[in-house]
Amino acid sequence: MANWIDALGVEDVANEDVSRFDHQGRTFAIYRSPDDKYYATDGLCTHEKVHLADGLVMDNIIECPKHNGRFDYTNGKAMGAPVCINIKTYPVKVEGGKVFIDIA
Amino acid sequence: MSEAAHPRDYGLLGVEAEKAVAAGLKSAEWYHTEVSRKDLKELMKRSNSPAIRDTIIWLGLMVVFATGAWMMWPTWWSLPFLFAYGVLYGSATDSRWHECSHGTAFKTPWMNDAVYHIACFMIMRNPTRWRWSHTRHHTDTIIIGLDPEIAVMRPPVAFKVGLAFVGILDVIEAMKMMVINVFGHITAEEKSFIPEMEWPKVILAARIWFVVYAATIALAVYLGSWFPILLVGTPRLYGAWHHVMTGLMQHGGLAENVLDHRMNSRTVLINPISRFIYWNMNYHVEHHMFPMVPYHALPRLHELLKHDLPAPLQSVWACYKEMLPAWWRQLCGEDYFIIPVLPATAKPYRQDLNNPALPAAAA
Repeated sequence: MANWIDALGVEDVANEDVSRFDHQGRTFAIYRSPDDKYYATDGLCTHEKVHLADGLVMDNIIECPKHNGRFDYTNGKAMGAPVCINIKTYPVKVEGGKVFIDIA
Repeated sequence: MSEAAHPRDYGLLGVEAEKAVAAGLKSAEWYHTEVSRKDLKELMKRSNSPAIRDTIIWLGLMVVFATGAWMMWPTWWSLPFLFAYGVLYGSATDSRWHECSHGTAFKTPWMNDAVYHIACFMIMRNPTRWRWSHTRHHTDTIIIGLDPEIAVMRPPVAFKVGLAFVGILDVIEAMKMMVINVFGHITAEEKSFIPEMEWPKVILAARIWFVVYAATIALAVYLGSWFPILLVGTPRLYGAWHHVMTGLMQHGGLAENVLDHRMNSRTVLINPISRFIYWNMNYHVEHHMFPMVPYHALPRLHELLKHDLPAPLQSVWACYKEMLPAWWRQLCGEDYFIIPVLPATAKPYRQDLNNPALPAAAA
């Protein structure tokens, strides 16, 4: 069953960038792609527990700020060493100028 | 290395590793100077242009110097050409290996990978092993027992530091590791920081290298000339001095087991030729604080951070004038280390993030 959470306003994430969203002890990264679509993943890198929201978004890639590990944030795929484990993604919808993520 | 020479256990499987974990130094929170997201995004931006330009110059000069050496061979006039070729082979590859391992040199991933593998071969660092080793270096910078890339251990051993300038110990170690890996073995230390899924890559690279070195030796025998060996392999010896000279400056004589890069890393201003060879890694505090900033943006990052960092040393000579006495003192008492003075505008060193056993640092 879906559990949609009001995470951020659409303008809280710049184009081709990422923002951090914390909720009930969990942390998420919310992305806005160059073509203005929104995506969400777990907030911490699967390699070491570093916040991806401090990283660099390039097209559909998020690069971890600590060791430069890369994920495709649209599907969570780890793109190579030092990240070897995919990152969990979450469904996203935009309604009324807000970004919702389904954390169920 | 004997126990007597090194009472501290810098091994990755030793008692200091256990102590560091127990002290909360493993994968810990590190101090960062505050930088706005907007500024950081601008600095992190990737571009192919600077690295393509620098790679063309680097490889182009290697061809020019190798050709010059060949034309002058076997007279003594070939030596200046080999000297220059050697620095580009045995030293410039250190920084290319480093920057491309971060994936920051080029915007296009395959370009990073291509230069990374070429540089790894020349600097004799297994591409997979050293990618993971450097990852650990950034996680646990100069934490005893956790960082596999501590260049000068305390107390310093002068002959080892001296031999590093001609690459002998590095090459012996690299060849030993290559042979171990060629036979399909991964050492216990390697297993401590390389995930199992990556082990086949370690072995494959070692086997490819082995074939290249064997072919080089075969060519030398066929031609009846040392020249092929002077161009492949041995430049890692006679051209190593520059990368050792600059590499020792990164952390030499500074603190161990702290969680503030301002205390264990150093920024030194150096001449433009050395900066080209070293790809701006003289801005080393800046690099460790923000490793996703490409080498060509480090001077701009330095300007942004300098209010919060120790003043950079003004030359290689100034740096060695600071490091050599510190190493000398560490021969008598290995707990000694340099505490860089922070400017008045800087935030003080965070003792709560550092080893509580350290003396109070200058603010």
